[in-house]
Amino acid sequence: MNEISNIIIAFFILVGAFLSLVAAFGVIRLPDVYTRNHAASKAATLGVMSILFGAFLYFYLVEGHFNSRLILGIVFIFMTSPVAGHLISRAAYNTGVKLWDKSVHDDLKTKVKSKEL
Amino acid sequence: MAFQILLNVFLAFLWMFIKVSYDLSSFIKGYFFGLIIMFVFRRFFRSRFYVGKVIAVIKLLFIFLRELVLSNISVLKVVLKPKLDMRPGIFAYETILKKDWEITVLSNLITLTPGTLVVDVSDDNKTLYIHAMDIADVDEAITSIKESFEKAILEVSK
Repeated sequence: MNEISNIIIAFFILVGAFLSLVAAFGVIRLPDVYTRNHAASKAATLGVMSILFGAFLYFYLVEGHFNSRLILGIVFIFMTSPVAGHLISRAAYNTGVKLWDKSVHDDLKTKVKSKEL
Repeated sequence: MAFQILLNVFLAFLWMFIKVSYDLSSFIKGYFFGLIIMFVFRRFFRSRFYVGKVIAVIKLLFIFLRELVLSNISVLKVVLKPKLDMRPGIFAYETILKKDWEITVLSNLITLTPGTLVVDVSDDNKTLYIHAMDIADVDEAITSIKESFEKAILEVSK
């Protein structure tokens, strides 16, 4: 029982740390705000959520202490981080940040232009 | 739906008062019997029987978690690929959803889908502008995924 729970806890925490690392790589490597936002808003969300879940499982299975604040933290991050990603990219678009040169398609440009005219 | 749940809690309290035993197990028993009574009388409610709606909400939650894991795997692939050869772009998506909370849930779901991010919602709430990581091959697949999302959300709100 203890061995299995240790393996599960280690799995969650390591996966979370790995995903946060990938999010950081993505923020450095990807070319423009929008694609960086993909990496930051997705990989960081699941990374932090699984680290928190691993910490919750550690306190519950090893110490026998049910910490409901960690569960609440998981729920809050899950609800707020997609909204944060959306708002950052929306603010970037509305202040005129350019897409990457190799971007192919831009439907929003026609909409913004037609509003200005 | 909220009215039906409230009525069910009220029936459970009624059961506790009839039995003169005030503990959790008799509350649960009363809730269960109240559920049966409300199922029998379901045609008198204006909306549909609420258990179906609860199941639809749970289904939506599982879709959320599955999409979160899948989108992380796809981001992982893009970031760790040696060459940056994706073709990002913004496309417009017409939605059939009407209420504000439905559009919020849909755009959160799209943001957590593999390769897509909502950039803007038009003022009349009809069009979502979505930034896609790889517009060539994902475009059609994403449309089909979103049909299933929209269906799952409509299942909750109908």
